[in-house]
Amino acid sequence: MKLLILIGLVLLIIAVHQLMRVVELSRQFKKGNEWSVKDSDNAFNGKAMLAFGFAFIGFFFWQADRWNDNALPGAASVHGLKIDTLWDYNMYLVVLVFVITNAVLFYFAYKYRGTKDTKATYLAHDNRLEMIWTIVPAVVLAFIIIFGLKYWNEITDRSTDPNKITIELYAKQFDWSARYAGNDKTLGETDYRQIDGGNSVGLDTLDTKGYDDIIVKNEFHIPVNREIEFKMRSRDVIHSAYMPHFRAQMNCVPGMITEFKFTPNKTTAQMRKDPYVIQMMAGINEARALKGDEPIEFDYLLLCNKICGVSHYNMQMNIVVESEKDYNAWLAKQKQVKPLAAK
Amino acid sequence: MSHEHSADLTGHLGHHDHAHDHDEHEESFVSKYIFSMDHKMISRQFLITAIIMAVIAMTMSIIFRMQLAWPGEKFAFINAMLGDKWGKDGILDPNMYLALVTIHGTIMVFFVLTGGLSGTFANLLIPYQVGARDMASGFLNMLSYWFFFLSSAIMLSSLFIEDGPASGGWTIYPPLSALPEAMPGSRLGMTLWLISMTLFVVSSLLGGINYVVTVINLRTKGMKMTRMPLTIWAMLITAILGVLSFPVLVSCVVLLICDRSLGTSFYLSDIYIGGRPLDNVGGSPVLFEHLFWFLGHPEVYIVLLPALGISSEVISTNSRKPIFGYRAMIGSMLAIGFLSFIVWGHHMFLTGMNPFLGSVFVFTTLLIAIPSAVKAFNYITTLWRGNIQYTPAMLFSIGLVSSFVTGGVTGIILADSTLDINVHDTYFVVAHFHIVMGLSAIFGMFAGVYHWFPKMFLRMMNKKLGYLHFWITFICAYGVFFPMHFLGLAGVPRRYYTNSAFPMFDNLVDINEIVTVFAIIAALGQFIFIFNFFYSIFRGEKAPQNPWNSNTLEWTTPMAHIHGNWPGALPVVHRWAYDYSKPGSPHDFIPQTVPLADGEQDGGGGH
Repeated sequence: MKLLILIGLVLLIIAVHQLMRVVELSRQFKKGNEWSVKDSDNAFNGKAMLAFGFAFIGFFFWQADRWNDNALPGAASVHGLKIDTLWDYNMYLVVLVFVITNAVLFYFAYKYRGTKDTKATYLAHDNRLEMIWTIVPAVVLAFIIIFGLKYWNEITDRSTDPNKITIELYAKQFDWSARYAGNDKTLGETDYRQIDGGNSVGLDTLDTKGYDDIIVKNEFHIPVNREIEFKMRSRDVIHSAYMPHFRAQMNCVPGMITEFKFTPNKTTAQMRKDPYVIQMMAGINEARALKGDEPIEFDYLLLCNKICGVSHYNMQMNIVVESEKDYNAWLAKQKQVKPLAAK
Repeated sequence: MSHEHSADLTGHLGHHDHAHDHDEHEESFVSKYIFSMDHKMISRQFLITAIIMAVIAMTMSIIFRMQLAWPGEKFAFINAMLGDKWGKDGILDPNMYLALVTIHGTIMVFFVLTGGLSGTFANLLIPYQVGARDMASGFLNMLSYWFFFLSSAIMLSSLFIEDGPASGGWTIYPPLSALPEAMPGSRLGMTLWLISMTLFVVSSLLGGINYVVTVINLRTKGMKMTRMPLTIWAMLITAILGVLSFPVLVSCVVLLICDRSLGTSFYLSDIYIGGRPLDNVGGSPVLFEHLFWFLGHPEVYIVLLPALGISSEVISTNSRKPIFGYRAMIGSMLAIGFLSFIVWGHHMFLTGMNPFLGSVFVFTTLLIAIPSAVKAFNYITTLWRGNIQYTPAMLFSIGLVSSFVTGGVTGIILADSTLDINVHDTYFVVAHFHIVMGLSAIFGMFAGVYHWFPKMFLRMMNKKLGYLHFWITFICAYGVFFPMHFLGLAGVPRRYYTNSAFPMFDNLVDINEIVTVFAIIAALGQFIFIFNFFYSIFRGEKAPQNPWNSNTLEWTTPMAHIHGNWPGALPVVHRWAYDYSKPGSPHDFIPQTVPLADGEQDGGGGH
């Protein structure tokens, strides 16, 4: 096989060599040169630019249509809805600029394709025009900045809700765990030196506040319509807690506690009944059927979104959003760490 | 028009009666081709090294794209490229996947688009276009190339070691990159990466200082700053950015080396790995991120500005029109250069950095959109009522304007910290920076090669192969990177070995396949360029002195590579570089060496 490829390559090189000799020999019989740009070249490339412009913008809309039901479903958190609205307005603007600017560019590239007899217009500058395209973007950007920062401040403000639930997300190569504060509503202190097989998140065994903490793996539950304050930590390298359905993301940095808060507003069950989600899941299950995999139902996910090592691609945790009653029932069934920590 | 004037238009200087008193001493092979101090030779050395590096980085991208489109499939190609250790049975190893992504990024950003682009065109064009005999220091210039070469060799050597090359992503965030327990790529491969990058910075600084000094001190008579071609302005600003920001990368790297080898804790704290707690306390990976991006963001413009400079020159020449808003173009490049130093935090909105600091960076980052918009609109206005000559260089320059706009607008989304929350580190970002920085810069580089090939190798590249190369590249480039936006909208994170480990992304297989198919075609298309390039070096048509009827000084040098560039006296400059199709002139170009006629005004702005 390798020999065949080698022979093929050698033959290809010989063929190209011969071909180029023919080209070189025929060059001597032609008048003029081959490199200079002829009117026909300009005509061809100018028209191709126009065709490309149409195809390009068409390709954009084709993709937007075709892959429309692949995008993440609408936000499942209160602040996420605001992000979605802001996203939409910004995106309309950006798509408008993208389409118009590219259209004008490719149109000019077609329209002003050169010929021997044309002379270009000498236009070195025009202060008025340049003022326009300095000031118009500046004004538009001012709006983008003002709205962006308004939401940013709201989203990243410290949580002040007295009714909030605090959950710690703890990342390590290559899985997540979530820690609930327990009855005293206070997370126990931690010390990374105390990490061992029975103390995976490094609880400080002297801190009694940690005795009623609850640590879960693989899946964690949160109640709908309550503010959840996440505290993120990492054991080894930087990870990033990415919860795309809630429009939430924050890095988990060793040596630091980072924070993000949001209020989920749709339960997992509600999401599964959402028409968009049903359509999206149909697409996923169709693709899975082709692979011979079983159909699945929608679930919220926590993903790692900062390169963290060999299994970075497979570091996720299910999130279940449910009514407060179901949440309380679930939490009551979870084991407190006390017996482990007190030993 | 005087007789002397039209004589000048044939491309000769007023000095052709000077005797050739330049002594052409014999040169050895080594001093001419290897340890050359001539800017033209050094430029060619940079270019050819960069082409080799680019082919390697491109091949890497094909390997990991195949994995992403058809995960778990067996490919003889992958086995042939990586051997049984990393490509057992033709399936890419997950550690190698990360290594390929890392080295692909490193090579493309630093070795191709920084070293290759600036190294080639700053070296070629600065002495030529400002009318200098050579760089201010030929010796430092030679060292610049050889440090670049050494650094490239070390980076490539890391591909052949047992644990594999660095694989923490091109941004090498610690602790992942600092701890040998974290991944195999953080062992010897990371050490080599750090050594290689340090040497790279040495090369870049030696080059950069030389470029700045040459532009400031060695301009020929009459070459005022406001008469310089935009290529030179771009190279000057790029060099200043590099000189100011690359040292910070070195400090960042040195601290990382200390953490790795000397037991310090600049970036490390509270870590439990490999079954034991580490002693390091008090450091912060966020410090690394600040230092890294203090270089990393100016770096984006170090990559982009030379390409914008090249395209300004090419678009003006081939539209047969002056560049629109010459002074605004300079002003916007200066503004971009300045702003690029105060925006680094937009890479760090979600790192745990104080969100208030984040909002400051939102503000400064979005300001960059203004000078960028000015540049884009000025390019388009330059085309308006032009007489566009479609050389391959011109095609690539128009491609650059398109990708600069297309990739630039998504920057407005990403710079908005609120919107960044959900697309940060997803394929939306991958699409954005590949289009705005990758494509624009590589298109600029291709434009430069096609445009100045006659000056570099005294022959012409084949035009038709150039057209074919452009159209394949342009179509496939958008075919590769545009669909990635939609992966990002679906929430697909970057640097995932496969998107099928869990079901969330199962419906995106077709997008990944489209991307990969376009990538393979694009990669094959580059061999047209490579063939055309090397073939034309030896067998291309002989180039005339000024093939594109261009105004700048490099086209007044004779078609031979001589020391000192001009036989006899240096040319004297009388006008700016953009007198194309000026009313009252019988020709559609007036070289910079032609004196102003009575009552004729110079330049495009400021009066």
